[in-house]
Amino acid sequence: MKKEDRLEQRNPIEDLLRMDRIPHIWCPGCGIGTVLTSFAEALRKSEVDLDKIAVLSGIGCTGRVAGYVKLDSIHTTHGRAVPVATGLKLANPELKVVVFSGDGDIAGIGGNHFIHAARRNMDIMIICVNNFNYAMTGGQVAATTPRGANASTAPYGNFEYPFSLPYLAEASGATYVARWTALHLRRVTKSMQEALKKRGFSFIEVITPCVTLYARRNRLGDGLNLLKYYYEKSEIQHGADTRTLDISYQGKLIVGKFVDIEKPTFLDCMNEHLGKVLGDKYQTYGVNND
Amino acid sequence: MKKVMMGNHALSFGGMLGRAQVIAAYPITPQTQVVELLSEMCADKTLDATFIKVESEHSAMAASIGASLAGARTFTATSAQGLALMHELLHWASGGRNPVVMGNINRAMAPGWSIWSDQNDSLSQRDTGWIQFYCSNNQEVLDTVIQAFKVSEKLMIPSMVILDAFTLSHTYEVVDLPDQKKVDEFLPPFRPEIKLTPDDPHAFGGLTSPEHYFELRYKLQKDMEKAPALIEKTGKEYEKMFGRYLGQVEEYRCDDADFIFITSGTVGSTARVAIDELREEGVKVGNLRIKVFRPFPFEKVRNIIKKAKKVAVVDRNISYGHHGIFYQEVKSAMFGHHNSLPIFGFIAGLGGRDVTPSTFREILGHVQKKDKSEEEIIWIGVKK
Repeated sequence: MKKEDRLEQRNPIEDLLRMDRIPHIWCPGCGIGTVLTSFAEALRKSEVDLDKIAVLSGIGCTGRVAGYVKLDSIHTTHGRAVPVATGLKLANPELKVVVFSGDGDIAGIGGNHFIHAARRNMDIMIICVNNFNYAMTGGQVAATTPRGANASTAPYGNFEYPFSLPYLAEASGATYVARWTALHLRRVTKSMQEALKKRGFSFIEVITPCVTLYARRNRLGDGLNLLKYYYEKSEIQHGADTRTLDISYQGKLIVGKFVDIEKPTFLDCMNEHLGKVLGDKYQTYGVNND
Repeated sequence: MKKVMMGNHALSFGGMLGRAQVIAAYPITPQTQVVELLSEMCADKTLDATFIKVESEHSAMAASIGASLAGARTFTATSAQGLALMHELLHWASGGRNPVVMGNINRAMAPGWSIWSDQNDSLSQRDTGWIQFYCSNNQEVLDTVIQAFKVSEKLMIPSMVILDAFTLSHTYEVVDLPDQKKVDEFLPPFRPEIKLTPDDPHAFGGLTSPEHYFELRYKLQKDMEKAPALIEKTGKEYEKMFGRYLGQVEEYRCDDADFIFITSGTVGSTARVAIDELREEGVKVGNLRIKVFRPFPFEKVRNIIKKAKKVAVVDRNISYGHHGIFYQEVKSAMFGHHNSLPIFGFIAGLGGRDVTPSTFREILGHVQKKDKSEEEIIWIGVKK
């Protein structure tokens, strides 16, 4: 390829990115960009109306997504993407509201909001990039760090039990739950397409390499080494019991679609209940958003 | 022992030498190195303390309060959004009289997202009943943490030790680490009169009727009023043992000054450089750096600036709908005492915009031009 031609090359998802914000801040070998590419692909394939998509992020490396996508987006405070998404969805039920954030944001500081949105079956979609640590601030222990892994606040290894996010999501009431790694990009895209069509609380966890912090501190090599780990240790088990999905340090990664059920959403429940109690006085709110 | 360290590590070593027993913290830029080093010290037992890797700053302060109630010396650190998230529990720590000591790295509040320095985060917590120390170099950070434990535990009022993002938090300076034995002598173990123990049962945090609540607040204020003298006394005691004195304010070439800048944090050390240059040129300027913002050092401020012809308060903060916060406070301190002293209010360096010696030249230019301030806010370096 000639140099001139190379300069002509464009990023295939450029039309979905705010190019004035590029270059992005993600490190070489990081998986967030690949998950974002899958998301762009899913948006294209599912042919959703881009004017009806809103992307929300909290804080952290993945939190940057809301700033990079050329869609209506909100970069919220740390942990609050889910309640902001809830407010947005209820004020404008026509929107497909997507929270795209990291494990620290969603399961750590925002954990309470996450379980309550799932409990209500709030009709939002959550993409959680899980890189096993708080990467933006320098690789501290997170609620997802496997036991035995080193982190900057666990210099002799983490001894706390981590969350198994699919289990937490299902137990809290999610209607769609999947887990993949940054290696399973076609499957990530497919899950995202399904979740974009889903009415109800949907949750997709994508395990991704954090090369600069998690891998370096644990001497796990570079991004390719982590992809090899995903390749060797991941096992697709659709419909697996979410109680069996714990992740041990460099251990087996059970991936797949675990939950895909239909259940009335928060608005369905509100309309049904208040319609019943108040009768004609009640005006149905926010349905027909499919 | 002398060591080269960043401001954040000066906080960690302060916590270590102060023998904090429980540390609960959540990571936030630009604070993380404070707790990373402390977590290492806790893990390898350099520091005999329990480190709690909490899930949010709200939990960090809650855990600190719990530990303090159990009678443990407690240290934590945060910044900006994290401090704001703690807000409810900041009131709880002071109202419940838990002498937690916390480092806060001054960082601008979002939105727009910023990780750079200004003081709106800590000044928003002005009325939570915490003692606030603003530091200007790394040695001062370390020395202040040790003294803050002593002052806080004596008064049973929590303290915040504050330093600017990056210009101090990430700047490496030589810091003299005092000898642990001498620190132990200066700062005996925390022995609260009342704590949560089965040996002597107490209930904390109960519903307080109008019959009693008012008096609790009266007592908090009365104890706060004891802080200025106690901070001076503790500073002198520390000076005797370690050779460094820290009081409520730092005065620099104010004695014969026609113009006095009032500053805080690292802006105060920049001011000193500007003053030396201006003095060479024959301009009589001085700097009063306010170190302790709560309780406000009324007497010190009044006595030092009353002799000046004009005063310029430099705020790296703003109270929207009012003025720079230090400016308000200085004016209120002078009102009824020295009403004719012209005080000018400047706002500079919000969101990490640099404040340099030339900033002070610009400020001086404004002050020299007018007999008294015609506007309450003079913006320095803003692109209008």
